[in-house]
This record gives sequence, structure tokens and C-alpha cells, in this order.
Amino acid sequence: MSEFMDVLRRPDFIENFILHIEYLVLATLLGILIAIPVAIAVNRSPTASTIAINIGNIGRAIPSLAVLVLMFPLLGLGFDSALFALTLLAIPPILINAVVGLRQVNPQILDSAKGMGLSGRQVLAGIQVPIAAPIIFAGIRTSAVMVVASATLATFIGGGGLGDYIVEGFQRNSTAIALAGALSVAVLAIITEVGFGFLERTFTPKGLRIAQKRGRATK
Amino acid sequence: MDSGTEEPATAALGFVQVEFAPDSEPQGLIDWEWLADNFTEDVVPAFFQHIFLCFVSLAIALAISVPLGVLAARYRGLYPPLTAITGFFYTIPSFSMFTILLFVVGFSVGATPAIIALVLYSLLVLIRNVVTGLDSVPPETKDAARGMGLTDRQILWRVELPLALPVIVAGMRIAIVTVIGIAVIGAYIGAGGLGDLIFDGITRDFPTMYIVGAILATLLAIGSDLLFVGVERLLSPWARRSRGAT
Repeated sequence: MSEFMDVLRRPDFIENFILHIEYLVLATLLGILIAIPVAIAVNRSPTASTIAINIGNIGRAIPSLAVLVLMFPLLGLGFDSALFALTLLAIPPILINAVVGLRQVNPQILDSAKGMGLSGRQVLAGIQVPIAAPIIFAGIRTSAVMVVASATLATFIGGGGLGDYIVEGFQRNSTAIALAGALSVAVLAIITEVGFGFLERTFTPKGLRIAQKRGRATK
Repeated sequence: MDSGTEEPATAALGFVQVEFAPDSEPQGLIDWEWLADNFTEDVVPAFFQHIFLCFVSLAIALAISVPLGVLAARYRGLYPPLTAITGFFYTIPSFSMFTILLFVVGFSVGATPAIIALVLYSLLVLIRNVVTGLDSVPPETKDAARGMGLTDRQILWRVELPLALPVIVAGMRIAIVTVIGIAVIGAYIGAGGLGDLIFDGITRDFPTMYIVGAILATLLAIGSDLLFVGVERLLSPWARRSRGAT
């Protein structure tokens, strides 16, 4: 137990912990910045939406270790290469949920918004995106948790992060070191899941929340 | 790549071509000769071991999830704790899960801890889809079945489960893709499969091995995804037709 605490106190542990969080924040943010505009761009065309969803599904199927390892011959070892791979992994869940979320907005609501004289941009920003927000956030949450998990594998392409300790623990057959890595990643993943769940609820528009509650009550 | 300590080792292993042809990088990445020599001995067994691991895990997970899902659909109180527990497993990063199974639970290296982890990862999706599938069966259909004199057990096996099947298959599709991806990491704890090629390739600094491993794992995942999409489509029109008929 004291050995375990010693690992947590190592200065490089704190560095790697911060590096892991950097991966989480940057890859998720880049994923959002790429996926949401694409989702908005394909929103008007059902064919383009379907293509985006299919590409997203294929992207989601690709094993994360495969994506990371294939970056190695392309971009070499290190942080950039790992971040690029993690961003690629973060895109599909956000893309799928954003496309589906925007598409499932009731067309009658959009029609009435247009009838009230709102411009296309106003309908999108004021009506469509807020209604789709909970679904989009669910996608972001999925991506964020996956990035935390996949960043553990960054160690195999020299990207550092908390996976370093799992590998070190295995190599030196040290339970304390391996668990310092494994448990800290697990805790980070759970915090991410719960934190984004909270954000999801915060970003659900008030009207939708009331509607959801009513839906539950009538069941 | 050019560190002096590695060169003799790689040369001794017979990867001279890769080491001595740094100018022709694109050709150097895949050593076709190695691939031809080791295809039947290394690559094919790894591929089938991967399929074995994943489909065995999916089968075990189904054997657990279908009864639990049926129970949760009947006794609603069970559903929130079930999704909370399986959701917890699902959130734990796989590399952590493998580490915990080995160092805390005390499994020895091999396929068993990997299969256990893969089963744990499949439960959430499968149970959720079994419950959603059973919920989607219209109550009128069940009433009609009861009116025809079917017992509860007959209704479950002949009416509810067949109608819920497309949704259950949709869950199997997500589960198999997840499991194929995670099984790659399972090679790190000695489960074998395509991850073996990847990890061996990394340790030997031999791109051919990890590129082949990564590409085959990707193709297997996409192929399984498409396979289950096909199964889902085959099942759906039939389900829709019978639902429309009631």
C-alpha cells in the first residue's frame, strides 16, 4: 500500500496524469470541432447524412490500438501522433450522434419556426441545436470516455500517459506500479463519464426536461 | 530506429531488408517476403484465435444477458441496478480491466481473463437491447397470444423473443465490434489473437507485423459489423410484417 502511494507521489506520475488529461481535453475538443460542423453541413441532405452515419459506423468499428499503431509509420512516435490517433477515434461517436440528433428534430417544429420568420441560421442555432443538444452531448461523453481508455494505449507509440505505469508494472511484475496506472485511468474514466452526464443534463433545454419528466410521469 | 543496440538483433532475426533499405521507406514498411513465409504459421492462426476469443465471449455474454434481460423486463426494479453495475464495467478502460483481473483478482496470463473481460464489456449493451426489444413487442400481440391459449413460457419463446430478435441482434452487433477491438489489447495478457502480431511487431520494431495485425483487426471488426447489419436486415422486414399484421 505504501509502495502504491509512492508511485502516485512520483513527479513523473503527476506529469503523465496531466498528459493523460491533455489527451482527453484536446482530442475531445478537436473531435467536436471537426464532427459538429460536418454534421451541420450534411444536415440538409438526407443522402449526405446517411453517408456520414455509415462512415461514422465504420470508424467506430476500427480497434483503437489499430488506429494508434497505424499512426506510427505515418507520423512517427510521440505526443502528436497519439493525439492525432485519439482525435480520429473521438470523431465517429460525436458525428453519429450529432447527425442523428439534428435529424430527429420534429419537422413541424422547424416549419413553425420558419413560419415565425426565423432565418435558416436562427432555426439551426436557436431551435435545432438546442433540441439535439442532449443527444450530441451523449456522443461527446462516449468519445471522451473512449479517449481516456485509448490514451492508455498511447504508451505503445511513445505517447506517454498513465499507460506507462501499467506497462512498467507488467515488465517489473510490480502490482503497486501496475495498479497505480490501472486504477488512476479507471477513476479518470468514471469521473469523465459522470462529469459529462452532468453536463448533458445541464445542457438539456428546460422545455425538453419538462417534456421528459412528463413522458416519464405518463408511463 | 537506427540505435546501435537494435541493429544486430534485428539483423540476426532476418529483417535485414527493412534495416538496410531506409531510402525505400514505403516498400520497407511491409516485408512481403516475411508475410509470405509466415502467413500460414503466424497470421492465419492469430486471425482465427481472434475470432474464437470474440465469438466465445459473445456467446457467453448472450447466455447471461438474455435471461437477465428477460427478468429485468418482467421485474422493472432489477433494471436500474443491472444497468448501473454493467455500465460500471463498461466504463472501466480495457487495459485497466486486464491489469486488475491479473494483479488484483489473481488470474494467470492467458485467454481466461481476456474472455472474462470481454464478457463483462458485452453485458451492458446486450441486456439493454434485450429489454428494449422485449418492450417493443406490442401488448396487443401478447394479448392475442394469450387469447390463443399460449402459456407465459410459450409467449416468451414463440412471440416475445422472436419479435425482439432484431433489436437483440443490433445489440450483438455493437457488442461484437467492441469485443473485437478490446481483444486486440487482450494479447498483452497472453490471450493471443491479432494483438500478438501488433505487440510482437512493436517489440521487434518490425512494422510489417503490427501493420498486418492492425489492418486485419480493422477488417475483422468492419466485416463483423456488416455481417450483423445483414442479419439485422434479414430479421427486420419479417418482424415489421408480423407487427403490421397484428
